[in-house]
Amino acid sequence: MNFHIRKQYYGDIPDEKGSGSSNGSKITRPQTEWPLWEVFIRNKQGLDHKHVGSLHAADAEMAIENARDVYTRRMEGISIWVVESRYVHASNPDDAESFYDPASDKIYRHPTFYRLPDELKHI
Amino acid sequence: MHNTNLEPAILTEYLLHLADDALILGHRNSEWCGHGPVLEQDIALTNIALDLIGQGRNFYQYAASTANQSGLRILQTVEEKEINEDSLAYLRDTREFRNCLLVEQTNGDWAKTIMRQFLFSSFQYLLYSKLQESRDSVIAGISAKALKEVTYHMRWSGEWVIRLGDGTEESRHRIMQAITELWTYTGELFAPTDYEKSAADAGIGANLPSLKTEWDKRVAEVFHEAILPHPGGTGEGGLTADPWMQSGGKSGLHSEHLGFILTELQFMQRAYPACEW
Repeated sequence: MNFHIRKQYYGDIPDEKGSGSSNGSKITRPQTEWPLWEVFIRNKQGLDHKHVGSLHAADAEMAIENARDVYTRRMEGISIWVVESRYVHASNPDDAESFYDPASDKIYRHPTFYRLPDELKHI
Repeated sequence: MHNTNLEPAILTEYLLHLADDALILGHRNSEWCGHGPVLEQDIALTNIALDLIGQGRNFYQYAASTANQSGLRILQTVEEKEINEDSLAYLRDTREFRNCLLVEQTNGDWAKTIMRQFLFSSFQYLLYSKLQESRDSVIAGISAKALKEVTYHMRWSGEWVIRLGDGTEESRHRIMQAITELWTYTGELFAPTDYEKSAADAGIGANLPSLKTEWDKRVAEVFHEAILPHPGGTGEGGLTADPWMQSGGKSGLHSEHLGFILTELQFMQRAYPACEW
């Protein structure tokens, strides 16, 4: 019987801590577009939350509800994470050569030379 | 089979009332489909519409079976050999509908749709909470299943009330306007008709007046959080001390809106009788 009332505002995380662009303007205007959120869903059998897509919402609570309505309508999940897209830092595609190519000739880093017991799961 | 001490005619009327409330509000919400303010909220409201239409369907199926078993004639307007869920939804006229006035009110703007949903879902939550303990096992089963859906409807709409009430000047103005327009239809929710009294006495329906206190409390909590005046209250901020309430829908006396809803809802079956697709 616990009825849910919780207030959350867009901007719970102060702007200066985010990676979003700031033009230094002090003028506050009502946002005409809601921020973008990345959605992660864990399904019943899953051990981890998987990225399923993104959506717009005014605050975190609305983002979770939107994710529930948009991404779990067909019983896809039992747990939802959302994070505002602007807080995601991504690697630069231009760095691909120096980042990833050096690993390509180091197959000894894969544990393929061991025989795994049958009891070991999720490896 | 499910109960013995309520006349089939009264039980059927009670079931139609439960079904009509859900169907008509579901239909109203479905009018937003493709017109929501943003894609995500369009889907959210369409989900709620589908939940409600599903609840209506369950109650119609049961009403059809109670009517057929007792040989009840409830369709005045159309000759039907056997009543089924579709004939109940598509072939009755306005006077035969038993939904409350609140659910048939127009969508208005987003704030009005939200407020209508919040006021009704808060009521429906309390109603289904009681009905899941109904002595009629079918009503209890449908209500227990529907309660999970309604819990979400109440949460979703309640958060929107807070968001709009404690939002911008514009959103606050609109949600307050919605309260003014809709409050007068809330009294009917707790004023039982004869068939609701009989159902409650038989342990099948809910005692409506007993739900009022809890409903008032829940609505007041959300309004407080949304910094909205509570129109039912007599203190500071109350719109009127003791507002006059509309009624009649649950007895078949509807506002002009229901006719327009049925015109659209029933068009296919009226124009092409017994059509299927």
